[in-house]
Amino acid sequence: MAILEINDIASGYGEVQILWASSLNLEKGKLTCLVGGNGVGKTTLLRTVMGLIRPWRGTISFEGQDVSRAPAYTKAEMGLVLVPEGRQLFTDMTVFENLEMGATNKRATPKFRKNLERVYEMFPRLQERQAQKAGTLSGGEQQMLAVARGIMADPTVLMIDELSLGLAPVLVLALFDSLKALRELGITILLVEQNVQMALAISDYGYVLAEGKIELEGPARELIKNEHVREAYLGL
Amino acid sequence: MTVLLSVQGVTKRFGGLQALTQVTFDLPEGQILGLIGPNGAGKTTLFNAINGTYPPEEGRIIFRDRDVTTLKTYEHAHMGMARTHQIVQPLNELTVRENVMVGACFGRENQSLGHAADIADEVLEFVELKTRTDQLAGSLNVAQKKRLEMARALAARPYLLLLDEVLAGLNSSEIANMVETVKKIRNQGVTIIMIEHVMKAVMNVSDRILVLDYGEQIAEGTPEEISRNEKVIEAYLGDPKLAEKLLQED
Repeated sequence: MAILEINDIASGYGEVQILWASSLNLEKGKLTCLVGGNGVGKTTLLRTVMGLIRPWRGTISFEGQDVSRAPAYTKAEMGLVLVPEGRQLFTDMTVFENLEMGATNKRATPKFRKNLERVYEMFPRLQERQAQKAGTLSGGEQQMLAVARGIMADPTVLMIDELSLGLAPVLVLALFDSLKALRELGITILLVEQNVQMALAISDYGYVLAEGKIELEGPARELIKNEHVREAYLGL
Repeated sequence: MTVLLSVQGVTKRFGGLQALTQVTFDLPEGQILGLIGPNGAGKTTLFNAINGTYPPEEGRIIFRDRDVTTLKTYEHAHMGMARTHQIVQPLNELTVRENVMVGACFGRENQSLGHAADIADEVLEFVELKTRTDQLAGSLNVAQKKRLEMARALAARPYLLLLDEVLAGLNSSEIANMVETVKKIRNQGVTIIMIEHVMKAVMNVSDRILVLDYGEQIAEGTPEEISRNEKVIEAYLGDPKLAEKLLQED
């Protein structure tokens, strides 16, 4: 059974509709990616699932419970966590303080030590820099910290909005490797990513969003060879 | 084929950011050129360079055989260049007709108010907004505002129309209608450059496509050529070699 079921979701901003009837299912313990060109609604979908925007229509169920109207903090406490686009770190706080901020709710506080060990093992660089202000980290390190802060919230499902945007190829590889480690820990992942090739190479299952609708879906290894993916992006 | 617009080695910087690097192309009269590229590629900046909003540091813009590189935006408008904006910019407190009259008054023909009203009515019929003529612009919905933006530009009687994402935020039937309107405008002899992310539409309507990535012109050609171009595919889908590395680690 799917751990997160997104059924027929429509949403948008003000009077502008961005998503039109999109459905996705996340299989427990799997890495699922959502890819698609500029402005097709990927971030809007994550924000709607998280509860940062209200869905106009459709339902979201998490671990069998209807959470369509639940606010973001409730979902975070249930174990549904978002690593937002552009990292959104507390740049004037230290690396360690940012990690503490990820673990403020009832769910995460008791597991603080265990999760801190996990993220330091996964990203040794963050331990070396734990007393440094987040704003002084390199782009790649900031992205690691954003993911690490998400892990501190003790997620069952971790949604990541743009893992590799603006990073050098070496760092992109390192961050993608950390996704594999997360999957081994049993965390279910929904990855939104502009680098389609990388996203499909690492994922178990993939969805292609085009013009606010799911245009294609399937096992990632099949999608990567699919001519329709190129078509969905380039229109021909 | 007469060249209406010639963009020659146009380069633009914002502080340390190289927004456009040596962009060069000729646009023949009567064609539709699609301008595509990932977010932040420099598409709107190129429009701003062409119409004098932010003149380029290097390079030249030749419009109807005249060097217009350093002219002001209103001078471009007088010469027959009109544009729409990605975020619609209606004068909300004026009626739809009055909004369009502004275009006619300050465009190529510098019309008097009386004539401008006639032109406005004609253009509003053309873009299918006639029933909204006396409504305040602020009361229109998104699709209608996009059409108003277009009507105001058309009322300036341009030779060249720059369309910045006129399809964004529209649903699929509105997109199909808008594409038909763009074709109708071209059939009247107006040359068009359109920035667009709705790829099916832009590939379908354009004679040629220019692709920008990080301010560089990475490809130019027919829609068919562009959809097969490796540099374009990499810009949109990522580097296949890096993905292969990731697969080999398993």
